[in-house]
Amino acid sequence: MKEDLSRQAYWRANIRLVLGCLVAWFVVSFGFGILLAEPLNAIHLGGFKLGFWFAQQGSIMAFLLIIFFYAWRMNRLDHRFGVDDDEPGVGS
Amino acid sequence: MSLQALTYLAVGLSFVVYITIAFWSRARSTGDFYVAGGHVHPVANGMATAADWMSAASFISMAGLIAFLGYGGSVYLMGWTGGYVLLALLLAPYLRKYGRFTVPEFIGDRYYSNAARLVAVICLIFISFTYVAGQMRGVGIVFSRFLEVPIHVGLMIGMAVVFIYAVLGGMKGITYTQVAQYVVLIFAYTVPAVFISLQLTGNPLPQLGLGGTVAGTDVHLLDRLDAIVTDLGFRAFTEGNKSTIDVFAITMALMVGTAGLPHVIVRFFTVPKVSDARRSAGWALLFIAILYTTAPAVGAMARFNLTNTIQAGEVGAADANLVYAERPQWFRTWEDTGLLRFEDHNGDGRIQYYDDANEDFARQAESFGWKGNELTVDRDIMVLANPEIAQLPDWVIALVAAGGIAAALSTAAGLLLVISAAFSHDLLKSVIAPNISEKQELAAGRVAAAVAIVVAGYLGWNPPGFVAQVVAFAFGLAAASLFPAILMGIFSTRVNKQGAIAGMVTGLVFTFAYILAFKGVFFEPLFENTVDNWLFGISPEGIGVVGMVLNFAVAWAVSLAGEPPPEKVRQLVEDIRVPRAA
Repeated sequence: MKEDLSRQAYWRANIRLVLGCLVAWFVVSFGFGILLAEPLNAIHLGGFKLGFWFAQQGSIMAFLLIIFFYAWRMNRLDHRFGVDDDEPGVGS
Repeated sequence: MSLQALTYLAVGLSFVVYITIAFWSRARSTGDFYVAGGHVHPVANGMATAADWMSAASFISMAGLIAFLGYGGSVYLMGWTGGYVLLALLLAPYLRKYGRFTVPEFIGDRYYSNAARLVAVICLIFISFTYVAGQMRGVGIVFSRFLEVPIHVGLMIGMAVVFIYAVLGGMKGITYTQVAQYVVLIFAYTVPAVFISLQLTGNPLPQLGLGGTVAGTDVHLLDRLDAIVTDLGFRAFTEGNKSTIDVFAITMALMVGTAGLPHVIVRFFTVPKVSDARRSAGWALLFIAILYTTAPAVGAMARFNLTNTIQAGEVGAADANLVYAERPQWFRTWEDTGLLRFEDHNGDGRIQYYDDANEDFARQAESFGWKGNELTVDRDIMVLANPEIAQLPDWVIALVAAGGIAAALSTAAGLLLVISAAFSHDLLKSVIAPNISEKQELAAGRVAAAVAIVVAGYLGWNPPGFVAQVVAFAFGLAAASLFPAILMGIFSTRVNKQGAIAGMVTGLVFTFAYILAFKGVFFEPLFENTVDNWLFGISPEGIGVVGMVLNFAVAWAVSLAGEPPPEKVRQLVEDIRVPRAA
């Protein structure tokens, strides 16, 4: 079967990726840093209680990974669907 | 060289750099003035965004908040960084594809309505002025402490510098000035942190030092800190005191608010391509994360040093507390500013610093002959006093002064620019006088920027009593008004003009009313600001989230009841969803 390369398919793939990234964003911050902070604090990571570490440092590092992962995957997606703006003179 | 001379030198040199850059990159067209011509490299844009975003609050106040709140300070750390995920995934690439100058312009086009644009302008101006007044207070604090000039003289100098590079250079000048300011501020922030981490834990990386052991022992720093503060009746550093729902709401409001702040959003209009906008959000967060992961270490170590200085030995022992007459030099300098105060309640000439609101501990303290907490520490001094507390060389202290001023000025300049663009582009050019030439519009933008600086200077000079209380306003309103309108504008083709306006107005009015009712900005608060009176147990700081949900709900309901948007708007939305120009 031929791959669907329509704009609708591109948009659906984009939404899927965004939702996946948002789940990760929610889990590391609101999940590990707030809702589950207390039980996680029983686990120690060096001198850190784990829940406290996620709330103060870990979530920020995870946010960074999420954004760069998203940018990388989107660029591949743009390329696959032939809508990338990486060629000179395109994309205003 | 004396500290005074060194500080003048550091601040003076940094000003020369900013002004030189502004002159070299001055704006020649409205495109330069509003979006720096759209030619900023994503890494440079990331750095400029970081400086733009990290204000006097991040530089001066945040570590101080963490020092006293401990785990409770996490709402700021997560809230002010998590917003970049939302920006990168949900807003930045699409707004870049849209490819115009301002946030209200997008809202006006997407909702095919000048009324919607006007509502957006009102939200933007309110958010930005609230925020800029806080920056000006930061400039005042830094100047009065480090340059020992009266606050208003310091303010005038700061205003003059911002005037030169914002009015002359517009977005283009600001962008490259902010890159320089980022370098100054991050260097100023991390150098003392590295020294302090080395002294306390032997680890030069503050991020790791925080989880390390106290130098010369095998006790973890955080465990030791928890022990010394709980011994004095305070809450353990690694535990919070707010309800989970409130922590949740505040964090969410700060995240969504960050993503909705107009001066941050417009920074993504300045990169050449859609893919650059995505990448640039990552760079911005990387540059921000350098400071934001250092801040928890600075906060914890400052608290550790402060407590140990005051309470040198066992709690309750007669000679364990610092003798006031033998207080260190940094204590004396900060006493002069009034931000550190000592009152000898029990007349023993020693300083007792403990939590006298904790009834169990207060009883115990009485048995030591203590008659109440004797030390009042303003949270804002922690970062600025830190190098002195750790006895770092004078040049480090001078550097911190320059960094604090850079943080405040870069944010003020970014805000002033979105305010001036709202006037010249969204009001003058689009509504009042659509026929003016580009040259006239550029001139109007410069005049608007100049006027905004004067107003901001006035707010810094005569800070209205509410400035410190209403940081929640800027974020709550951005979260409740602009963010949902932009998000629905991109991800829905069904939300129409009536829905968007009704949603924005609902979110704005609800959030505004809630904060006013509890904070009482222009009048006495209507309700006491306590958890029993709060809606769902959510404090005014976190209420923007409820405003946001209301905005979404109202906009959706009203839109479904009415006609779908016209075909050309559908086309606009379809078009901004793909990176390549159709």
